[in-house]
Amino acid sequence: MSRRPMLSRRPLRVFAVAAALAVSVAACTTTPEGGGSDTSGGGGAAAGGNQKVTLQLQWFVQGQFAGYLAAVDQGFYTDQGLDVEIKEGGVDIVPQTVLAQGQADYAIAWVPKALASREQGAGITDVAQVFQRSGTYQVSFADSGIASPADLRGKKVGNWGFGNEFELFAGMTGAGITPATDVTLVQQQFDMQALLSGEIDAAQAMSYNEYAQVLEATNPDTGQLYQPSDFTVIDWNDVGTAMLQDAIWANTERLSDPAYQETTVKFIAASLKGWAYCRDNLESCRDIVVKAGSTLGASHQLWQINEVNKLIWPAPSGAGLIDQAAWDRTVQVARTAVNADGQTVLTQDPDPEAFSNEYVQQALDLLKADGVDVVGSSYQPTEVTLNPGGA
Amino acid sequence: MGGRWRSALMTAAGFVLLVLLWELAKLVLPDAGVSVGDTRVLPRTDDAAMPHVWTVLAQLGRPEVAVPGARLVGVAVAAAALFTLGLALGGLVLGAVLGMVLALVMLRFELVERAALPYVVLSQTVPLIAIAPLVAGWGGKIAILGWSWQPWASVMVISSYLAFFPVAVGMLRGLSSPIRADVELFRAMAAGWWTTLLRLRLPASVPHLLPALRLATAAAVVGAIVAEISTGTRGGIGRLIIEYAQSATGDPSRMYAAILGAAVLGLVAAGAVGLLDVGLRRYRGSVR
Repeated sequence: MSRRPMLSRRPLRVFAVAAALAVSVAACTTTPEGGGSDTSGGGGAAAGGNQKVTLQLQWFVQGQFAGYLAAVDQGFYTDQGLDVEIKEGGVDIVPQTVLAQGQADYAIAWVPKALASREQGAGITDVAQVFQRSGTYQVSFADSGIASPADLRGKKVGNWGFGNEFELFAGMTGAGITPATDVTLVQQQFDMQALLSGEIDAAQAMSYNEYAQVLEATNPDTGQLYQPSDFTVIDWNDVGTAMLQDAIWANTERLSDPAYQETTVKFIAASLKGWAYCRDNLESCRDIVVKAGSTLGASHQLWQINEVNKLIWPAPSGAGLIDQAAWDRTVQVARTAVNADGQTVLTQDPDPEAFSNEYVQQALDLLKADGVDVVGSSYQPTEVTLNPGGA
Repeated sequence: MGGRWRSALMTAAGFVLLVLLWELAKLVLPDAGVSVGDTRVLPRTDDAAMPHVWTVLAQLGRPEVAVPGARLVGVAVAAAALFTLGLALGGLVLGAVLGMVLALVMLRFELVERAALPYVVLSQTVPLIAIAPLVAGWGGKIAILGWSWQPWASVMVISSYLAFFPVAVGMLRGLSSPIRADVELFRAMAAGWWTTLLRLRLPASVPHLLPALRLATAAAVVGAIVAEISTGTRGGIGRLIIEYAQSATGDPSRMYAAILGAAVLGLVAAGAVGLLDVGLRRYRGSVR
């Protein structure tokens, strides 16, 4: 078979194709950084005169982000003159990268993961430490006799990997266990089936999500839901290897712009007000999250917000303020804990620009002047009853 | 039409067989699955891992969230599948047009073929999860003639990225399939490049193009679903599968309901492209 007996000898046509391509590329214009808005520090003026601001989450909307959703729903952002668009995360969306690349104005990210990105060049700054405690547990069946990290020796230990596992590895190392040889490490899925079916002895779980999932499953022995008494929980806050998690991150470079600084203060203030709202109005906040499109069960969602509240409140020095001791511990674990691949999160201490209390302090002053309780000293968590499957 | 009915019947029979096989596996195999040493060769079959088919179907009639006014799971799955179908077909059209244009350009300019073909092949070895965040990042950064980039457009682009490949390769193969005698006859009759293309090469490419389009459809659907999962784009079936999978610890039937939706979506997309077969029937036998 012969192909194309008529070869082109007309470069003019090549030029025409190239010209057509050039025109079509020119039709696509790029907008300046800042979430699709012109940037006078955090976005330009929207139709209503409000400043457009985008917030990148780590995951789909759920109770973990209730405060921001409530701030949108209750108009706290609008009160500050901000028109906030919340961008959901996905499996491959890395919020701190999205922020560093200028596709969002702010991002929610765990401190160790964000610091790892920072070490690799992402210009981001922790401007408010919303979750002041860690929500990561290691959950086992009560009859497995695992009550402390030392008991994990010789067991099958589930972990998520991808930078979510360092508290566990630091905890094991601190108890004199060499994770690589003294335990069988198992990569865990999203769900908790591996624990319930006995494939692993201890599973990683977030207090506000996976732990609730096991309590929403039916115990085949009793026909009832599993009870907290069926499990033992290792809480890394108690062990002392807890790392800081959800924080509001801002773009370091843009923080030198006074307009962006001002937006940052307003954004933090309205966000914290949203979290205060969720502390005081648990059920209404749950409805806001469901309305925002979360398909997780209603009781699961209520549990999630209640547990997340525990990570925020009470906040003795003020919500969102970064506690130097907790920060230092996070950095220390990030530098020393070695995971299954023999890696640490960080190879050197982050520079001073990695976090700043300047903006959250101004935000707290704003809120206090406004009469918002930003400490929550009288906060008491409620008891949430989980339904089968979280319904 | 008899053959068409028979194939529809066989499809249905295949589905029933699959359901029976599923239930049989649940009935016969031990709950903990079958393991050789420490390696599991057959999956767990208890209700927490493989729900009964009727549990999955019953799930479709339940409300998505236990609050008043919540939509049914079935409605959610159908809406999501329809949304993804739209994106996949959009991606398919985009990819098919791109693939055909690429094939034509490669046919016309041998230099382009030599330069581009390796990259066309290479493009398919780049993992989707590497491209997805990149394309998703266009959101808010790119505006085309005043229209700002939307998340669903990223999904469509990723879907087309998978779909263009079989079309480009199949079309090029089809366009260069006419035998030398035919091509020389056209040349002897002083037919130009365009005439040869329209009267000879394009009709001859149809038998190669149709299977390529079928492959492209499957790729577009997979691409759309994976892109939705990867970028978390709201509204589609991929996102719904992940959402439901999150609460799969106690009862995975809802997740399977979404997966069922994805399977039906694939069938519908394949069926839609099958209609092209009917439309282009007169060219089917031109080279055989």
